[in-house]
Amino acid sequence: MRQRAQKEVSKGEEVCLSISQWATLQIEKGVKKQKALALENLISNGIIQREETSMEEEVAGQRQGCFNLADILYFSKKGFEAIADDEVTRRFSSEELISWNLLSRTNVNFHHVSWQLTVVWITGILIRYCLLMPLRIGLASFSILFLVLATTVIGQFPNGRVKCWLSNQVQMTCAALGVRCLSGAVHFHNRENRPQKGGICVANHTSPLDVLILASDGCYSLVGQAHGGLLGLIQKSCMKTTQHVLFERSEMKDRHLVRKKIREHIADKTKLPILIFPEGTCINNTSVMMFKKGSFEVGGTIHPVAIKYDPRFGDAFWNSMKYSVMTYAFKLMTSWAIVCNVWYLPPMVKEEEEDAVHFANRVKAVIAAQGGMSVLPWDGGLKRKKVKESLKEEQQKKYCQIVIENGTVGNGNVH
Amino acid sequence: MGSRASTLLRDEEIEEIKKETGFSHSQITRLYSRFTSLDKGENGTLSREDFQRIPELAINPLGDRIINAFFPEGEDQVNFRGFMRTLAHFRPIEDNEKSKDQNGPEPLNSRSNKLHFAFRLYDLDKDDKISRDELLQVLRMMVGVNISDEQLGSIADRTIQEADQDGDSAISFAEFVKLRC
Repeated sequence: MRQRAQKEVSKGEEVCLSISQWATLQIEKGVKKQKALALENLISNGIIQREETSMEEEVAGQRQGCFNLADILYFSKKGFEAIADDEVTRRFSSEELISWNLLSRTNVNFHHVSWQLTVVWITGILIRYCLLMPLRIGLASFSILFLVLATTVIGQFPNGRVKCWLSNQVQMTCAALGVRCLSGAVHFHNRENRPQKGGICVANHTSPLDVLILASDGCYSLVGQAHGGLLGLIQKSCMKTTQHVLFERSEMKDRHLVRKKIREHIADKTKLPILIFPEGTCINNTSVMMFKKGSFEVGGTIHPVAIKYDPRFGDAFWNSMKYSVMTYAFKLMTSWAIVCNVWYLPPMVKEEEEDAVHFANRVKAVIAAQGGMSVLPWDGGLKRKKVKESLKEEQQKKYCQIVIENGTVGNGNVH
Repeated sequence: MGSRASTLLRDEEIEEIKKETGFSHSQITRLYSRFTSLDKGENGTLSREDFQRIPELAINPLGDRIINAFFPEGEDQVNFRGFMRTLAHFRPIEDNEKSKDQNGPEPLNSRSNKLHFAFRLYDLDKDDKISRDELLQVLRMMVGVNISDEQLGSIADRTIQEADQDGDSAISFAEFVKLRC
């Protein structure tokens, strides 16, 4: 049954892809091929071509250990490059697409071109809003109702193996239903590496949908922020039957508390594997940002999972500063589909001499390599917070080391 | 307010910016997307806080000076035209421009204008001279707390000594240009 569903989904994907390719071709014909190519280059390479030279190369040049009035040019060049296009802020908004996927929300650079295209686009809108969306909303209401009822009923059972098994089944079914109604079409790879009891499952984070997707294929204990509203209701229902660890965002800062709770949980081998997103916030699925070291310090086996969404059918990224949960869910339901690949990676363990940060980076590299995403050392928390002063001080120290030679100040060379 | 970046920028405006700065059509629309994504308040202008939100700029020792370069005297907001005008100083020189005739107005990213821009990063009070104090200020920004006041003072003195030709203990634009050659 699952395979038949998969086949239908792939067929649907092929049809959608060929339509969107035709749409892009129409646009290219309308907007003169040259301009479109230039635009494509800009989008894929970024607006500027950065010279990846280090401070040492640029500032020191041939002479070593002196200050030159021209040193200012290195910093101003770097500053302007950052203003024109920087690596970090671009991860906090949706990815830009090279070819248009017939969703008006991604149509930033393309203008009205031909009436055929407009007709196709309007048909697309009709299909998405009048056909797909009501179906999905109906399914969503049904599954939430089912979840609340079933967990209440099962919560009454005495603790034991039957209760565990039942609650696992209910959770998996509800998650699968949830994925379907938010238009998800998921391909799982390497299911033999699925996380086992007593382990920690670690994945890159793009949206709350990640949780549903993983939960539809296995049972996890969740660590995460306690939400209000509809999401809070769902969380409370799940808490009735399984052990989850929920925090307020302010509490998450207390790292010791987090570590303690996680340690207690994985020590008990009968408990479900914990699902953690070490980035701490939603990133737009083009890169993997800094992994917080908390979950990597507790010991235990880490099961990395890479989740990669296909942006051509719909945008899965939740920009939590721009959209509320309901707006986001509505956006999801009115996209074509959320196509997603999930890779279960072989388990990893922290080595003896390795420190937590190094281990975290190792896991991060593995996940990024599998998902085809770039690796960034920057903290995802920069979405909301200001950057730490210490990073600026590092830059200043670096400059000093170049300018001062052997603790004495060298002569400025003038030619 | 609209979210479609390119539709808010009229063609005539793009042409004017193109003439003034030398950026191409697609570069201008792309930079306009960048401008609107930085503009969190969605009011068509950028404030200093909007720039500070770029992490790579915030850790740049000269970040504040560079941000100041965008804002005209005494103002706290910069619109898209001003944004482009300042960015144009660092636009790379295209091959087909090198052979352009000398009769037109000097492009914003000519060598002389670039040097003038760098000079103004030092010269805060705009008196066309880099005084010892101004030099010290920039030096302090670049080295942080890692060098003592006396050492910094001697670096500044030495630099002025080497550059100063007319004996006024300050660096004029002409002396600055000579240094760079």
